[in-house]
Amino acid sequence: MILDSRIPEGPLAEKWEKHKFDVKLVNPANKRKYDIIVVGTGLAGASAAASFGELGYNVKAFCFQDTPRRAHSIAAQGGINAAKNYQNDGDSVFRLFYDTVKGGDYRAREANVYRLAQVSVDIIDQCVAQGVPFAREYGGLLANRSFGGAQVSRTFYARGQTGQQLLLGAYSALNRQIAYGKVKMYPRTEMLDLVLVDGKARGIVVRNLITGKIESHSAHAVVLATGGYGNVFFLSTNAMGSNATAAWRAHKKGALFANPCFTQIHPTCIPVSGEYQSKLTLMSESLRNDGRVWVPKTVETAQRLRNGEITVNDIAEQDRDYYLERKYPAFGNLVPRDVASRNAKLVCDEGRGVGASGLAVYLDFADAIKRDSQPAIAAKYGNLFEMYAKITDENPYERPMRIYPAVHYTMGGLWVDYNLMTNVPGLYAAGEANFSDHGANRLGASALMQGLADGYFVLPYTIGDYLAKTLYDKVPVDHPAFIEAEQAVISKNNQLLSINGTRTVDDFHKALGLIMWEYCGMARNAEGLQFAKQEIRKLRDEFWRDVKVVGVNEELNITLEKANRVADFLELGELMVEDALNRNESCGGHFREEYQTPENEALRDDENYTYVAAWEFTGVGNEPVLHKEELKFENVKLTQRSYK
Amino acid sequence: MAGSNPNAKPMDITLKVWRQKDRNAIGQMVTYPLKGISPDMSFLEMLDVLNEDLLLKGEDPVAFDHDCREGICGMCSLFINGRPHGPERGTTTCQLHMRHFKDGDTITIEPWRAAAFPVHKDLVVDRSAFDRIQQAGGYVSVNTGGVPDANAIPIPKSIADKAFDAATCIGCGACVAACKNASAMLFVSAKVSQLAMLPQGKTERKTRVENMVAQMDIEGFGACTNTGACAAECPVGISLENINMLRSEFVYAKATSENV
Repeated sequence: MILDSRIPEGPLAEKWEKHKFDVKLVNPANKRKYDIIVVGTGLAGASAAASFGELGYNVKAFCFQDTPRRAHSIAAQGGINAAKNYQNDGDSVFRLFYDTVKGGDYRAREANVYRLAQVSVDIIDQCVAQGVPFAREYGGLLANRSFGGAQVSRTFYARGQTGQQLLLGAYSALNRQIAYGKVKMYPRTEMLDLVLVDGKARGIVVRNLITGKIESHSAHAVVLATGGYGNVFFLSTNAMGSNATAAWRAHKKGALFANPCFTQIHPTCIPVSGEYQSKLTLMSESLRNDGRVWVPKTVETAQRLRNGEITVNDIAEQDRDYYLERKYPAFGNLVPRDVASRNAKLVCDEGRGVGASGLAVYLDFADAIKRDSQPAIAAKYGNLFEMYAKITDENPYERPMRIYPAVHYTMGGLWVDYNLMTNVPGLYAAGEANFSDHGANRLGASALMQGLADGYFVLPYTIGDYLAKTLYDKVPVDHPAFIEAEQAVISKNNQLLSINGTRTVDDFHKALGLIMWEYCGMARNAEGLQFAKQEIRKLRDEFWRDVKVVGVNEELNITLEKANRVADFLELGELMVEDALNRNESCGGHFREEYQTPENEALRDDENYTYVAAWEFTGVGNEPVLHKEELKFENVKLTQRSYK
Repeated sequence: MAGSNPNAKPMDITLKVWRQKDRNAIGQMVTYPLKGISPDMSFLEMLDVLNEDLLLKGEDPVAFDHDCREGICGMCSLFINGRPHGPERGTTTCQLHMRHFKDGDTITIEPWRAAAFPVHKDLVVDRSAFDRIQQAGGYVSVNTGGVPDANAIPIPKSIADKAFDAATCIGCGACVAACKNASAMLFVSAKVSQLAMLPQGKTERKTRVENMVAQMDIEGFGACTNTGACAAECPVGISLENINMLRSEFVYAKATSENV
């Protein structure tokens, strides 16, 4: 198999314009003859479905939540980047492109990232026109902030609820198309298989989560905008329902899965408090603009603190180690996420962590409050401070927050070409579900940008190119390919329901999460990864022997839903480990302990690993086949990332 | 250990939970004793513990809606001890922690009760009526592309902030559950006033309020009698001012409507 990324010829800045002209168009009168399925209604899915509807296509949109407005994009806090240069501080499309490629540790495609930076400016215009209430200055113009290690202020935000406001904007556009009848919405409906006819994606099999009914939907193209797979780790900042099932089952039908080991561990989350912990809560990265990260200078002080012999306020200024400011004077507390996370792990591994578990560092606002006043800090971060207080029962205005890294985002995903089409004709992947734009590490405020770029401004052009070459004929849902896929889904559900073992789905999920966090988390090494691979296989075998799923298919069955998702995580986890083993270098969120500089920074191997690792499924438990897409860098020079 | 009180002892509590097999079944309260609940657990984590226990006994776990567990997606619901989202002000159920209960407490958990929110199962209700109200007009009619530059229309910060306050509605339905009439006025007013305040939404302000209110009535939500229970129980603090604004928008629309 040869991976053709279909990157247009020509200078970087002209590729997208040229491509938009080169793609085939579907005549406006003919668009109604095409059906498109969109799975997932987060930023990417909702914006794509709405935009397709506006163009005249017939759209069916699916989400597992009770309404499209609940998709986990809603929880994004900090903001959305755009190269507007409203602040006159030297931003440009090229700078946003450059920062994103560098931030991704040179493991993303230049052409995709450049297009992302180009359309970023249109996204802000679109959202404002929809009535998204972004933060504004007193003069009435839009406010910006610097975010996540950027040296310019290019982040647009709506207090700490940017994702919510952007999603509600996309949801409103989607609602308008639902009202017009151009989009048919299927909430509480989960995709359980992809259907191929003559090698092309022609539909999906879904389960109605209320009635359990298994049914098929046919279309001319299928878009997966189903988010990331961070919940492989059980504990993550993802929503409880976030899952990889749609993407994974598409993978099992032939779609390649790219760079699965690239997971982002976010540095500022509320630490784990007990074994009952069900998820982790992110504290927006924007807090690092004003908060200072520190731990005690010595292990001894940290121990006394953990034992309750002293409190945080007893630690004198000279006994505190503001380690990010010390090690990275230029970026200080604003180093990129992977760097901040790894350093938190390092100081905790040294025994200098705080909190009862020792797995936390301080994020301290005392200086900012002294400088700007408490009301000023409250105006910026009020909702985040409240959330922290609610969860921990501690007042962050009086005591520094305790934070620790947590799994947050997955850069890997289904392999797509420049058109966002997977290697399966007619199957597209958008937003976090694809691998394309963030390389080995995503910068803050870039997930919202990519989701909306894909949905509003990329797919509406590129999907037409495919449809224009596709016949109008519809595949009926009683086609053998649909029947066969339905049967497979039904038999898998029956199997899960019939095992009647002794361990719950959550129990298996937690066990998988521990393996992944320990051996395929913030730091990995070959030995640990080999071990993890065996452990995952054992766990998976045990799952299929001993899992307990109660009830029947024909009802709202929360355990059956989870069991399907965890069954897929147990396969995907192994592929993540495989990919991490294969990549004998450190880059971005993938830190292999064997490959680091004397200063513990990630050491890339550009000569041997400047490629996208796209994996082909060959059966559960079989070795997957690696396909490489070489990455060419013609516009940026590969350098060791340095935030000193 | 999180929490300001690391010495807080595990609690024993008794749950009385609404169990209902499906939409057409008759439901009932079922009692479950739970032991050793940590005060630092979230309310939903406490329910997770219950469900793990039930599962291991081969019983059907309690179905409840939840997703982000960060207080923003609006999926969690639960009528706890007679109040939507429980006893804490400005807090969704997923952000409620067991430290707000005492050892020995009996806690009742019911679904949202409203004719327009039929029960799917146990504590899970159908809130699709909210979506249909939004579909009736909760948007600005702009297509993707071809819009003016974002800074072309300055919006005073005070207005943008007020619009934002209305826009933070998470669509959970607590306002309906809190209201003795099961009115959806607070929910509808939040979107109406957000868009009525912003220049982008002014063009369609009349048809929007007329259509959204009409849909609200079709869905079977009750009338508003100004008790203010909705705003008092709203987990994100949507203000009653929005209902005032909806009324004035509605009167203005009806008085000047071309549809009359």
